[in-house]
Amino acid sequence: MPELLQFLLSGITVGAVYALVALGFTIIYNASDVVNFAQGEFVMLGGMITFFAHAAGLPLPLAALIAIIVTAAIGVALNKLAIEPARGAPVVSLIIITIGASIFIRGATQLVFDKQLHRFPAFSGDQPILIGGATILPQSLWVIAGALAVFICLWLFFTRTLIGRAVLATANNRVAAQLVGINTNYVMTLSFAMSAAIGALAGVLVTPITLTGYDVGLALALKGFAAAMLGGMGNPKGALVGGLLLGVLEAMTAGYVSSQYKDAAAFVVILAVLFAMPQGLFGRKSTDRV
Amino acid sequence: MRLSSKVTTLLILAAVIAIAPVFFPSSYYFRVGSLIFVNGLAVTGLVILIGYAGQISLGHAGFAGIGAYACALAPVHLGLHPALAALLGALLSAAIAYLVGRPILRLKGYYLAVASLGFGILVSMVLSNEAQLTGGPDGMAVPELGLRAVLKAIGIDLSNTEFWYAFSGLVLVIGAWLALNLYHSPTGRALRALHGSEVAARTVGVDVAHYKLVAFVISAVYASVSGSLLALQNKFITPDVAGFMHSIEMVTMTVLGGAGSVLGAILGAAILTTLPQVLTIFQEYEQLMLGLVMMLVMIFMREGLLPSIARRIRGRAE
Repeated sequence: MPELLQFLLSGITVGAVYALVALGFTIIYNASDVVNFAQGEFVMLGGMITFFAHAAGLPLPLAALIAIIVTAAIGVALNKLAIEPARGAPVVSLIIITIGASIFIRGATQLVFDKQLHRFPAFSGDQPILIGGATILPQSLWVIAGALAVFICLWLFFTRTLIGRAVLATANNRVAAQLVGINTNYVMTLSFAMSAAIGALAGVLVTPITLTGYDVGLALALKGFAAAMLGGMGNPKGALVGGLLLGVLEAMTAGYVSSQYKDAAAFVVILAVLFAMPQGLFGRKSTDRV
Repeated sequence: MRLSSKVTTLLILAAVIAIAPVFFPSSYYFRVGSLIFVNGLAVTGLVILIGYAGQISLGHAGFAGIGAYACALAPVHLGLHPALAALLGALLSAAIAYLVGRPILRLKGYYLAVASLGFGILVSMVLSNEAQLTGGPDGMAVPELGLRAVLKAIGIDLSNTEFWYAFSGLVLVIGAWLALNLYHSPTGRALRALHGSEVAARTVGVDVAHYKLVAFVISAVYASVSGSLLALQNKFITPDVAGFMHSIEMVTMTVLGGAGSVLGAILGAAILTTLPQVLTIFQEYEQLMLGLVMMLVMIFMREGLLPSIARRIRGRAE
């Protein structure tokens, strides 16, 4: 039993990271119908910039803050320079653009920083906490708390603030939103900034556990996408639940089936969800207009 | 006399392949050339899928991996001749493409991209993990094709690089010819129709699901043969051939040159294959450049290099 609990705990930790990536997907997808394949690079940037700022002598909280702000700025630049000029392009073009952005960011990171794996100290030490025969790192609690906090903030933002509702209105119908006076360009910029900042936060939180390197982004993007799809594309609650479920499933696969094939779990989930229930757990069934 | 665009394309392609060696200062250029042809073949397959049918796949390197490892494994374990092994790989790829394509081609856009990507990653994962069979990430040796010895016996003595230049060039011309024929066939018209609008195609009686699957299977066979050629000429293969980056490179070559045009896509393959070889400094910047090219082409020249340039020239002439 402690074995199962152990897998469950590590699964929830990883799942919280997937949930954060999935939330980032959700925000951009809601505002613009674009699936941003560079989402994982934001997580990588969060970890890498924090490490190098910390190594340069800045205290960790300040380094993390800088990482989040810089990543948010990169997210805005991505929107302005690559997504906006391609507005109205077919989906295939947008896929290639965001994958191109992802590869570009990766290539730039490896030039600006390096190709090594990095880690900075955990926020509250490395002494594992014992729970019913299983252990959990204090940093895992930070990750889980971070995912929950982001989810709650987003929920409040989208339901309780005017600008949050403006984002939802833009998602619903761009032209109608413009007609009632919503600055949709600002909404897009805001969405990319928020999405990138959330990704960077995930990177800051998880790097002490999993380490970071210039090439970790892609796998995270795919798993975040799998999580978002599992929960129902565009639904924040779905992103959270989907992320946690995927993390646990992966941990169980690694524990009981084969650790070599744990990454396959995400793709099996993607394929299974797509065939069995394309709208995901919490998604609404949608119909296309011709 | 005015030649059809099909004949023009094939003539240009064959002429470039035949004449280029005159300007080659060393055997190294034959090697680069044959790499271009191998990539060009995979890219020609993607023209059918992306350019004709308007579907995307980010997992076609998986089929290249199947073709490559068929040439490495079948001769050892089944005692097949490498040429038959390549054929087996192509058949296997077609069968897998059929099975995988049936469910995933119901999907559109992002979902299709991610599903195909997941398929490609599963293939490369199996190739890396089943080390007792495939040698794992270290790769494995591939037997000699043996055609060069046959040619020598009948009096055509080519060096190894010359042989592979000629052979993969020939395969590329055949592949391009088949793809161009397909374009003007009823199947090609059906593919282009569903590219334009699936609903409209369906209303005029095109079986959309069937034709998407046809395009997927054909392009998988192209990728598989390309993987086989790569394995046979390198005589060595690693799971990288099935990797995500290889899939992305294939798609980038296709859209760079122009997904709607066979010649354009082959030009894209030539550019992206040659650049890293020409600029050794490029090594460091390879990912940066690849990403930049993908973004710039999609933003500023959505049709790709060749069609955009052709349009500009035509526009000036009129």
